[in-house]
Amino acid sequence: MSHENKIDHKLHEVTAGEVRFSDETLVRVQAIIARYPVGKQKSALLPILHIAQEELGGHLSADVMNYVASILKIQPIEVYEVATFYTQYYLDKVGKYVVEVCRTGPCAMCGGEDIADYLERKLAIKTDETTPDGLFTIRRVECLGACGYAPVMQINTEFHEFLTKEKIDKIINDLRAKAHEDKPKDAKWVEKFF
Amino acid sequence: MGRKILLDKIHIPDIQTFKVYKDNGGYASVEKALKKMTSAEVIEEVKKSGLRGRGGAGFPTGMKWSFLDTKSSNPRYLVCNADESEPGTFKDRYLIDNIPHLLIEGLIVSSYALGANTTFIYVRGEFKQQIGILNRAIREAHENGFLGKNILGTSYSLDIHVQAGGGAYICGEETALLESLEGKRGNPRLKPPFPAVKGLYGCPTVVNNVETLAAVVPIINLGGDEYAKIGIGRSTGTKLISACGHINKPGVYEIEMGITVEEFLNSEEYCGGVRNNKNIKALIPGGSSVPILPAHLITTTAANTPRLMSYESLSEGGFATGSMLGSGGFIVFDEDACIVRNTWNFSRFYHHESCGQCSPCREGTGWLEKILHRIEHGTGKLSDIDLLDSVAKKIEGNTICPLGDAAAWPVSSAIRHFRHEFEFHVQNADIVKDIKHGSLSKYLKKNFSLNSIY
Ligand SMILES: Cc1cc2nc3c(=O)[nH]c(=O)nc-3n(C[C@H](O)[C@H](O)[C@H](O)COP(=O)(O)O)c2cc1C
Ligand code: SF4
Ligand code: FES
Repeated sequence: MSHENKIDHKLHEVTAGEVRFSDETLVRVQAIIARYPVGKQKSALLPILHIAQEELGGHLSADVMNYVASILKIQPIEVYEVATFYTQYYLDKVGKYVVEVCRTGPCAMCGGEDIADYLERKLAIKTDETTPDGLFTIRRVECLGACGYAPVMQINTEFHEFLTKEKIDKIINDLRAKAHEDKPKDAKWVEKFF
Repeated sequence: MGRKILLDKIHIPDIQTFKVYKDNGGYASVEKALKKMTSAEVIEEVKKSGLRGRGGAGFPTGMKWSFLDTKSSNPRYLVCNADESEPGTFKDRYLIDNIPHLLIEGLIVSSYALGANTTFIYVRGEFKQQIGILNRAIREAHENGFLGKNILGTSYSLDIHVQAGGGAYICGEETALLESLEGKRGNPRLKPPFPAVKGLYGCPTVVNNVETLAAVVPIINLGGDEYAKIGIGRSTGTKLISACGHINKPGVYEIEMGITVEEFLNSEEYCGGVRNNKNIKALIPGGSSVPILPAHLITTTAANTPRLMSYESLSEGGFATGSMLGSGGFIVFDEDACIVRNTWNFSRFYHHESCGQCSPCREGTGWLEKILHRIEHGTGKLSDIDLLDSVAKKIEGNTICPLGDAAAWPVSSAIRHFRHEFEFHVQNADIVKDIKHGSLSKYLKKNFSLNSIY
């Protein structure tokens, strides 16, 4: 359609520091930008930040944010504003698996607080810390929209429901066992989901 | 068995795929609307159906659609709100998981009615699985000629895009959602102008909830008048209720509006009663933002009539003795639950989620959290209880968007109905102080029941 954004073939020349999307990803990025009317490419910011976070190191460093700004032809500050507003963008380095435990009422009243405490003991870290091996970060987040299956947590793309201590043991042990197998931070969902 | 018109087919294996969905009568409303009806006729049916918004506010959908500025030369947009972040609410996710094509079908008919050629589904970023499910459903609909150019050989063309959010409850508020969709922080806009006049990119826009748009499908299939016969009074149709908390069978249920709260709570078909044979202490019937109801106002109203699952009955008695249907997030508290702890928890949520634009909300939610924290943790004063009430009153009605009210109401209503629990926390600071989490009520029960202090 004529009102849609044209593909910008110069996009692959854009870099910031060492940072650059792969050619494959650039194709996807361009397809996302093309969803919006001409001049409204900033609408692609949230989806592209998700992709950037997945592909470019697991969190949004200043270089990554500047790179996204140049891709979308917006000011870096416009990216910083957004990255600091939303909870899913990590500004600091996180583990390969970000364990996000729901702390809101319906989960809390069904044992969610004990589950989060247990996780801290099991991984021997506090909330917002990362294990020394770089595998796990614990975060306590607000309602994940799965309250009927409380207590609930999300690890990267996966939801885990009706949690018990035994389930936590199994989930964590399984992740530890397969941690060396998959690519850093499980990058496949981005292809599938954005 | 209650009547089901949204979830009636979800038991069919592979109903998530286009083929099975279509073979079971899916997409009939698209054929009917696009080939046999004008867009004005579709809107008329939705008006006749009496459908009210399922996202929380309950605003009549047909009326909202008729506000759309059709004189503007700008493109028009339909945006589907799948941000679903209100604590206690998980029905939209369930609908998308189980029958995604119902939403796509509803979106096509609704977009046609509104004259929109580009439609966005804004999904909270945490729902990555659901984003994947929707993208797949959209691709299938495209491949089968239900999306894209000249749908079913008509002159109507439509593209649907899924947009991921970034994690922020406030982006469920419709103007914050539009800001976010434009790639900005989710700061709600001042209204007017309403989105119907100036919405996405300044163009006329309608924002509707997932369930609202899915309900357009049975409305077109049955006809607005037939749909309006389901339900009770001005609460027409069915409603998805997501039930959680201390019940035997948490989950998502489609109910015909007008069944009694008693039936919903206790029958085996729905919640199956309170867990562990305990008594109920309180109910939040419509998501964390609506007032809490104490035990004696749950199954009956203050006027001693049976309380029904409908917009009108749940709000009967106003804020003094009623609540709201809201988003249908049905949260049950058993006799051991600590109301103070939960109120503090919700206040922390609203403080965390306040976008920070207006001072009464930004500062007020912080104060609520702080005061409730000290009451819950045994360092509160009796005067704090009235202070809470006064802070809540100062937020209410003084903010750009309703998040401020949503933060204030739970606090005011908890104090109204459970003041004795707040006082107990202050007066028994030594007990309250070191007791961790939910075990407080267990401790109390051993000694003297929190319920029977008064
Ligand atoms: C703080 C806040 C959060 C909201 N969150 C949601 C939400 O997650 N989903 C939703 O459909 N509506 C939500 N709403 C209501 C929307 O603003 C809007 O009224 C709704 O999407 C309109 O759709 P409906 O008329 O179909 O209900 C929220 C409102 C507020 C004030
Ligand atoms: S009421 Fe709160 S969330 Fe709403 S605009 Fe004001 S500060 Fe933001
Ligand atoms: S409260 Fe935990 S998912 Fe909603």
